Amino acid sequence: MEYRNVLTTCPYCGTGCNFHLQVLDGKLVGVLPAKGHVIADGGMCIKGWNAHAFVHDKERLQKPLIRKNGELVEASWEEALGLVAERLGKVKADNGADSIGILTSAKCTNEENYILQKFARAVIGTNNVDHCARL
Amino acid sequence: MAGLAATFGSGAMTNSIPEFGTDTNCFLIIGSNTSEGHPLIATRIIKAKERGAKVIVMDPRCNQVASWADLYLPFKPGTDVALFNGMINVIIQEGLADQAFIQERTEGFEELKKLVAEYPPEKVQEITDVPADLLRQAARMYAAAKPAAILYAMGITQHTTGVDNVKSTANLAMLCGNLGIPGGGVNPLRGQNNVQGACDMGGLPNVYPGYQVVTNADVQKKFQEAWGSTGPATVGLTVMDMVNGLEEGKVRALYVMGENPMLSDPDLNHARHCLEKAEFLVVQDIFLTETARLAHVVLPGVSFAEKDGTFTNTERRVQRVRQAIEPIGESRQDWQIVCQVAKQMGGKGFDYASPKEILEEVSRLTPSYGGISFERLEQLGSLQWPCPAPDHPGTAVLHKNKFSRGLGLFTAIPYKPPAELPDAEYPLTLTTGRLMFHFHTGTMTRRSKKLHSEVPEAYIEIHPDDAQRIGLNGGRRVRVVSRRGEIVLGARITKRIKPGIVFIPFHFAEAAANALTNSAMDPVAKIPEYKVCSVRVEPAPQ
Repeated sequence: MEYRNVLTTCPYCGTGCNFHLQVLDGKLVGVLPAKGHVIADGGMCIKGWNAHAFVHDKERLQKPLIRKNGELVEASWEEALGLVAERLGKVKADNGADSIGILTSAKCTNEENYILQKFARAVIGTNNVDHCARL
Repeated sequence: MAGLAATFGSGAMTNSIPEFGTDTNCFLIIGSNTSEGHPLIATRIIKAKERGAKVIVMDPRCNQVASWADLYLPFKPGTDVALFNGMINVIIQEGLADQAFIQERTEGFEELKKLVAEYPPEKVQEITDVPADLLRQAARMYAAAKPAAILYAMGITQHTTGVDNVKSTANLAMLCGNLGIPGGGVNPLRGQNNVQGACDMGGLPNVYPGYQVVTNADVQKKFQEAWGSTGPATVGLTVMDMVNGLEEGKVRALYVMGENPMLSDPDLNHARHCLEKAEFLVVQDIFLTETARLAHVVLPGVSFAEKDGTFTNTERRVQRVRQAIEPIGESRQDWQIVCQVAKQMGGKGFDYASPKEILEEVSRLTPSYGGISFERLEQLGSLQWPCPAPDHPGTAVLHKNKFSRGLGLFTAIPYKPPAELPDAEYPLTLTTGRLMFHFHTGTMTRRSKKLHSEVPEAYIEIHPDDAQRIGLNGGRRVRVVSRRGEIVLGARITKRIKPGIVFIPFHFAEAAANALTNSAMDPVAKIPEYKVCSVRVEPAPQ
């Protein structure tokens, strides 16, 4: 058995509490408070205590999906990524860069958001970048 | 954030959470159900109250904090501006304003003074339903207890007058000199873990990372040089305009990462109609969300537990996210997925070894993140921006001695009613909000057994007087109808809500509050008016 505690930041509200994810043999088994954290100060709310619970859900997407004959079916990464690049390229060629919109995410990390807006601006060539801050 | 940016020159929370516990002597909380939306911030408020700090809550619903606050002002949804103008009127009339602060640090005061003279408490009572004396007490309490902090959330921004509401909070805070000092300020409590960071990183149509505006030629040149290629010098479309643009054919394709507009957008029937028109819809997410079901390609990303990186919380604090487990199944790192698509489309500069390297690029191009790195975060735990250099300690309190824009700008704002008012056909006002046990569209919390079991299904809160008029008995199911859609759900009859107002939590896809809400928007911030729309409630077949 291999057990670890990993200090990280809660994925729920904007307060930014830290806690420890309890990892047993590569799976999350629970959450422990982070004593001395500047915000949480050893405290946690009910969402924090259960922050690990959705991660191993059986409905997690495990493979890319592609719509074929109206249905979403499993596909390889190669096929899915190729299709995305080809179709976005075609829309851009046919209708211009500003016919493509990109939604970044208030759930994702800074680094992921940075990369996606860079993709929108540097590769697609549009400022049609937004996320649900307003929603 | 547009409201604060115009007033102070910067749109983020001005102060920091620890100060609430140690410095703040009065909290004015409006449009925030703090104990459910931000429980660990509410903990600080409780601590402060124990050492004698005052708490004022303004909300159409008597939430938990309101139930133990020193003053609770229930008001009609959408009348926030009138409420603030009334408080400012009282503070000026009674000589409680901070004259020195107004003179040295602000402009526009005379216009504000002239306008609020038209909002004596008795007139404000007519607009808001708040008794004139209660309003006077609240104004005096806020003005007397320096430093005083204003806390707000989506309860004031999700209106057609959202920007006006935010500017009103800034007017009040400047009037009493509550800016640039620990424990004071204007503090938007952001609802999602990294909504601040997504804005900071340029996930907005008008700015690059660090709020560098796309229309500025120098900024344009800087990113052109750094990236080798960039977008136009014109502002792009907001999320609502993108979705609507699909219907008009102006927008043909959408790439959505970790968002669920099919449940979070207002007027869902319309949103579905628009998304179905997309020539090509890509969704990158961890679950097959309502939006992903409409996609042409779905790319499996990873959860917070499977990734390294940083989040920026509501007080501008950048903190580490650390990978605890391997990606589930064949899912991949979100940054790698985007880099792979970029490279396949011929993009240059997408060869990163790790998120650490990405943050290094961010800090090179973003002045407010200039001193933020994985190394420093390991050492210090967190850093609050602005943090312009590697030896800078970060910034807890914004606008000390000087506002980002120079002088703080008072704005004279007349009251405007919400876009949709009750009438004979739709006599009740619906407002929406969050529950302690759930998060946003429920994608994560409803998959957690414990959280789900606390509140497994949607319900509507309705006052006993209204319930009686409609002919409801406790526990019955009701149909709620607006001009845009209808849903069926259980009813909770409670005096926590004002007569004439009903409340529905927005987490439940099978009875989605946003099937009813109005997509009328604030003209500047483009925030839809989730918090006010007119509905009819009737008994549903059992």
